[in-house]
Amino acid sequence: MEDVICTFCGSVCDDGEFDTEKKKVKKFCRLGSSKFAEKQRIKAPMIDGKEVSYETAIEKAAEILANAKKPLLYGWASTANEAIRVGVLLAEKLGGVYDQCASVCHAPGTLAVIEEGLPGATLGSIKNRADVVIFWGANPAEAHPRHGLRYSISAKGLLVKDRKQRKVVVVDVRPTKTAKMADMFVQIKPGYDYAIISALRAIISGNAEVVPSEVGGVAKEKLIELAEIMKKAKYGAILYGLGVTQSRGRDRNVENAIKLIQLLNRTTRWVIWPMRGHYNVVGAGEVPAWEVGYQYAIDFSRGYPRFSPAEFSAVEVLKRKDCDAALIVASDPVAHFPKIAVKHLKQIPVIQIDPYPNMTTLLAKVVIPSAVYGIEAEGTAYRMDCIPLRVKKIIETSYWTDEKILEEILKRVEKLKG
Amino acid sequence: MLWIRNGIVVDPKNKINAEKMDIFIKNGKIVEENEVKKEECKVIDASGKLVVAGGVDMHAHIAGSKINTGRTMRPEEMRVVRNIAGKFRATVGRVLLTAPAIGYEYAKMGYTTSFEAAQPPIGALHTHEELDAIPMIDKAALPVFGNWHLVFKCIEEKNMEKLKALVAWAIERSKGFGVKVVNPGGVEAWMYGGNVKSLDDQVPGFNVTPREIITWLIKANEELGLPHSVHLHCNNLGVPGNYQTTIESIKLAKGFSNAKRQVLHVTHVQFNAYAGSSWRDAGSGAAEIAKVVNSMDNVTIDMGQPIFGHATAMTGDAPFQFSLHKLIGARWSNKDTEVETGAGIVPIGYLPNNPVHALQWAIGLELGLLVDSNKVALTTDYPNGGPFTEYPYVMAMLMSKKMREGELSKVNAYVQKATGLASIDVEKTLYEVIHMTRSLPAKILGLENKGHLGIGADADIAIYNLNPLETDTSKEFEKVYKMFKSAEYTIKGGEIIVKGGELVKEVYGRTFWVDATKKADIQAVMPDIREYFNYYSVQLGNYGVEERWIKKPARIEVV
Amino acid sequence: MVVVELITGRTLDQGATVEEKLSEEYFKAVSYIELNEEDFKLLGLKEGDSVKVSTDFGEVVVFAKKGEVPRGVAFIPMGPYANMVIDPTTDGTGMPQFKGVKAKIEKTGERVKTVKELLEAI
Repeated sequence: MEDVICTFCGSVCDDGEFDTEKKKVKKFCRLGSSKFAEKQRIKAPMIDGKEVSYETAIEKAAEILANAKKPLLYGWASTANEAIRVGVLLAEKLGGVYDQCASVCHAPGTLAVIEEGLPGATLGSIKNRADVVIFWGANPAEAHPRHGLRYSISAKGLLVKDRKQRKVVVVDVRPTKTAKMADMFVQIKPGYDYAIISALRAIISGNAEVVPSEVGGVAKEKLIELAEIMKKAKYGAILYGLGVTQSRGRDRNVENAIKLIQLLNRTTRWVIWPMRGHYNVVGAGEVPAWEVGYQYAIDFSRGYPRFSPAEFSAVEVLKRKDCDAALIVASDPVAHFPKIAVKHLKQIPVIQIDPYPNMTTLLAKVVIPSAVYGIEAEGTAYRMDCIPLRVKKIIETSYWTDEKILEEILKRVEKLKG
Repeated sequence: MLWIRNGIVVDPKNKINAEKMDIFIKNGKIVEENEVKKEECKVIDASGKLVVAGGVDMHAHIAGSKINTGRTMRPEEMRVVRNIAGKFRATVGRVLLTAPAIGYEYAKMGYTTSFEAAQPPIGALHTHEELDAIPMIDKAALPVFGNWHLVFKCIEEKNMEKLKALVAWAIERSKGFGVKVVNPGGVEAWMYGGNVKSLDDQVPGFNVTPREIITWLIKANEELGLPHSVHLHCNNLGVPGNYQTTIESIKLAKGFSNAKRQVLHVTHVQFNAYAGSSWRDAGSGAAEIAKVVNSMDNVTIDMGQPIFGHATAMTGDAPFQFSLHKLIGARWSNKDTEVETGAGIVPIGYLPNNPVHALQWAIGLELGLLVDSNKVALTTDYPNGGPFTEYPYVMAMLMSKKMREGELSKVNAYVQKATGLASIDVEKTLYEVIHMTRSLPAKILGLENKGHLGIGADADIAIYNLNPLETDTSKEFEKVYKMFKSAEYTIKGGEIIVKGGELVKEVYGRTFWVDATKKADIQAVMPDIREYFNYYSVQLGNYGVEERWIKKPARIEVV
Repeated sequence: MVVVELITGRTLDQGATVEEKLSEEYFKAVSYIELNEEDFKLLGLKEGDSVKVSTDFGEVVVFAKKGEVPRGVAFIPMGPYANMVIDPTTDGTGMPQFKGVKAKIEKTGERVKTVKELLEAI
């Protein structure tokens, strides 16, 4: 089977070949191959560790959610839009909180979009036109292994034909695998992204004299060199990662970078885009945006959506102990949230829907296994640049899809809530 | 079955002007009296009430990555709560609305059809997901063609067969409805930081001009026989002096004809109707444009009327959006899209005291008043000019000079010298305004069963608490405005969805798409498409939207 | 003891095992800290020794590894071990500070807990 679409990372490579006999995928990277490899699954729905039918588990899940004063519905980055949509409707019906993985990943970038907008491009534009690509706090060699080949570093484009015609710069706190592939590596001190972007803005706007001899561990000469590369680019792209959003400054780092892009566009063309992680974390934000107006951290307890990351992001809700049940779909907050947030998850009934056992499974009261989108189920996903792709069903399964499980929960909740 | 009794019908397509009539509905269609069993009909007493076809919005940005990025970028827009979750969905939005809010607000106003005016073909699946999330109305989307490298290539080669094949293929793949062209050539120039400034500028990197792009696409569109004509967003949008480019573009329709409809629709013309050389001396070019449009029988336009208050500029015209960002210093989003197109978003507001905004407002109205009612449809280019929920304001303004005088006294006096609005005595009749919001947009789009109440039409009907026989629309503009804001009944596909201005039932409409693949030799262009897919970031096999992915698709085959 | 600025992040191994969190491979992929060679020496470590990482927010025992990080910076792959010690403050953004927290590193005889034991201890 050709044109198979990978549902691992935000690159959503769509050129895989799947050997149905051997159940192996060709062309994909190590992460993609591991996605398509057979591995341990949750065997059957469980309540308190005891195997039950789908119907029984769903009934119990609906009962827990309907009886909760304020349930948290979290996850969504590794499932399809069809399931996410039902999840949003369920959160609205329950008067709960909808939050998604971006909350602990790229959501600070969304806050920056609110401040300054997002001057961006699709990956196809970058591959065809970008003669300069800067990875800032991003390490695609480990997080998006085929990104460089398909879209950025060595991608063969219409105007920029190959690696030789493209300059690649890496800005990071350590010499990552990506840094080793770059033409220029700018090693900065942790937490100094904001200051360095400000220095670049000053240099590019003709105010180099205000920049001290060293900023965030980088010599002024090197910053001037980088600024020159940026100014001379015909079409440049900053692709930023969690090094920017999870460090000191968070959203303000991205905001500053967008201002740098605005400035550069006065004399040449530049775009900026986040290197989103999970294959459909973009959908986990886009779907609620059109259904209820916001991308994440949405509270429905008043019967209408309210957005406030300071109050309704999963980490804040859990830290405040402000939810009395949780539905976790296609995610593992127990492995990825700070200790203090996990502590509250241990105190409340947790329902998990996921194909694979993970740390959240260890404390979930109700566990409902599901089909894997892109392998066992078809559905819509948005690549990191918001390009929609329909991921495919390539093998049969008896597992239910997230969409079906959630629809059944919603039906029962509607009945219970009246 | 439904029986609407004793209503006062205005149905311009069928030349019915305020006649007392009964209307019968069966299986979602308007039928002859003898087709229904009256004793089985639900009866609506429409005595003394205006009965018209459901409104048709032929140009609005209601679905896809543009409006959704707008929502993300502007949470302040989403703080206006319109509906609390209950029997119906929770809805929010000031001007930018959530998908359910879009459907509900159209329905409350008596509108039952709306067209998304610009979808990048590669993003079509996203557009369709959002269209599917809009309840109440029928919908469709227009894919964009004016900056697509493959289009340029076909024109460079002067190969009409290939161009037709490409257009038919792309409309089928995107499940789109027609041919939208946005700033032809200008968006490609923006990829290098530029724009095109005249119809004869060469597009950077290609041996084509905007003039060629427009005329070749009109020819392809006509030879394919698509229901709708080319739908053009002109070059130089938002630039003082641009009315001349607009007139030149309109004249490109000369030499083409179609017995059923126009061959060129020029959209949101207000944004392309400025005289002068800068914003310091800008004036109105509306009268000149109106003269040209009125003199031709194959061109239609829509207004793009600004509404004072909040709005969000969002278009495929990416270079314009960057200029706007620099001009007003507001947030700016941009999206360069593969080798197809681009787009941009900038928040704006229209202030009555601002001379430029007042000028734009006056020009929109001038166009609506000076162009023949059979050639100008009513739009705000939602959300560029403002909310579609203020269509009743525009309707009332077109019908009442007195209302206009009142409004004119509140806006910047610059409009008095820069436009002719104050001296326009035209007062459109109710019949004309109903045409401009129903039968005309339906005709422009080529929707035969929309916008009228004849036998066989879709039973999309609005009933307003307004007796046209007893209402002086010139004097009673406040009442006219209020009545059109809130329908007494909205009927969609034969079902009552709004009663007394309140939602009573949620339904999901159809998504129309046009299949013209039999009218062209698709294979003629496939080798070129395959070659160009080296420059896409998705596989050809993964490009496009299948009909079964859409909730309620309605295929219109061109034969 | 050395004081470092602790950062966390993705690695290929972490990514390749992230859907098998209860496996030995995942445990191996996320339960170590990378230190600069000089910091490593200063602590008298050899590959595979256990170190205790303490911050204002908690402590965790992990395996020590030499890594390509600057002196005074240490790296733990994103996951449950890192999350025992990162700064959970979000400053109103919802995003904890996963990168950039002051941490003390010392050699220890304590055993590295399994993923399950780690959860039990919370």
